[in-house]
Amino acid sequence: MDFQATIDADGRIEPRDAMPDGYRKTLIRQIAQHAHSEIIGMQPEGNWISRAPSLRRKAILMAKVQDEAGHGLYLYAAAETLGVDRADLLDMLHSGRQKYSSIFNYPTLTWADIGAIGWLVDGAAIVNQVPLCRCSYGPYARAMVRVCKEESFHQRQGFEILYTLCNGTPGQKAMAQDALNRWWWPSLMMFGPPDTASTHSEQSMAWGIKRHSNDELRQRFVDMTVPQADVLGLRVPDDGLVHQDGRYRFTEPDYTELYDVVKGNGPCNQQRLSHRVKAHEDGAWVREAAAAYAAKKEARAA
Amino acid sequence: MIEPLWEVFVRSRRGLSHTHVGSLHAPDATMALRNARDVYTRRQEGVSIWVVRAADITASSPDEKDEFFDPAGDKVYRHPTFYEVPEGVEHL
Repeated sequence: MDFQATIDADGRIEPRDAMPDGYRKTLIRQIAQHAHSEIIGMQPEGNWISRAPSLRRKAILMAKVQDEAGHGLYLYAAAETLGVDRADLLDMLHSGRQKYSSIFNYPTLTWADIGAIGWLVDGAAIVNQVPLCRCSYGPYARAMVRVCKEESFHQRQGFEILYTLCNGTPGQKAMAQDALNRWWWPSLMMFGPPDTASTHSEQSMAWGIKRHSNDELRQRFVDMTVPQADVLGLRVPDDGLVHQDGRYRFTEPDYTELYDVVKGNGPCNQQRLSHRVKAHEDGAWVREAAAAYAAKKEARAA
Repeated sequence: MIEPLWEVFVRSRRGLSHTHVGSLHAPDATMALRNARDVYTRRQEGVSIWVVRAADITASSPDEKDEFFDPAGDKVYRHPTFYEVPEGVEHL
């Protein structure tokens, strides 16, 4: 079967199949950006590992941050099946030629932010990622199945952090409310620009890479999240929020902020990227030592 | 320096075959196994792991898959459904 027939029959494209250049390029861009987001996403949370309020919370947070590294690796492996090298993708991240999700350019100021990231950011990621489990490109879809299984732990641990704070002292509850106030709008922006301004959406839908529009997914996220905020006893910081016919009408986020953060002007863009580059450079001697050891063993065996 | 690519196969439990789960980079087989343990079995997804250098795998070509697999197409007599079973015959 040729490419279009496979897509039309809702089949899966596999690595060595013939595929249009644009399909390959779109996937490389999207999967690489997704992988970069996973590993950059380790930073805002890693920030709180040493300050987690208990050993239990610390162990959980470490497991979660390790999962994010794992998600990055699944995704880099999926991208490599398209004929690119992970080292080149990392170079493009480090030199700013490829992007990562702009949500990770916001700071984690309090412990409640760790709860808000798990609940809102991972919650939004799940809404985005579940449809990707049916993406037309096999290796990406399979990687997303693994990622989605693990994300639900992330979301629940975040909700649990906030639930505990919301049932604690007034000061703890205020801290949770403050985190929701700061993360609500950036979380809504995670679904990308509105459909009327989205540049890649139509072609991606035709190729079966994307299954739902940005606005559909954003609506789904709001409908899912607002009742959860009610359980926490927190107020979603949107005066325009109205429950109507089983759905929530909500105020759109300020997309000029999204574009500005994507351009590099968010509160932490510079810090995130320079930390990533430093970690990569600091690890160079480990990679070199491992390669030298492997070469030595191979020479002895020969 | 480019670390070789390894394909990872995991046996999810005893009684099942190893199944391909993905790939990773590592300088040698020992490191590939350790990395595979961390990347692909953080939640007890396996009881055994194989790693194989991706460069050592020979694969059939997707371009020639028709010629390659067609010869099986006309040998319907290889399937039990090819045979007519007379009325009343059981356990066949």
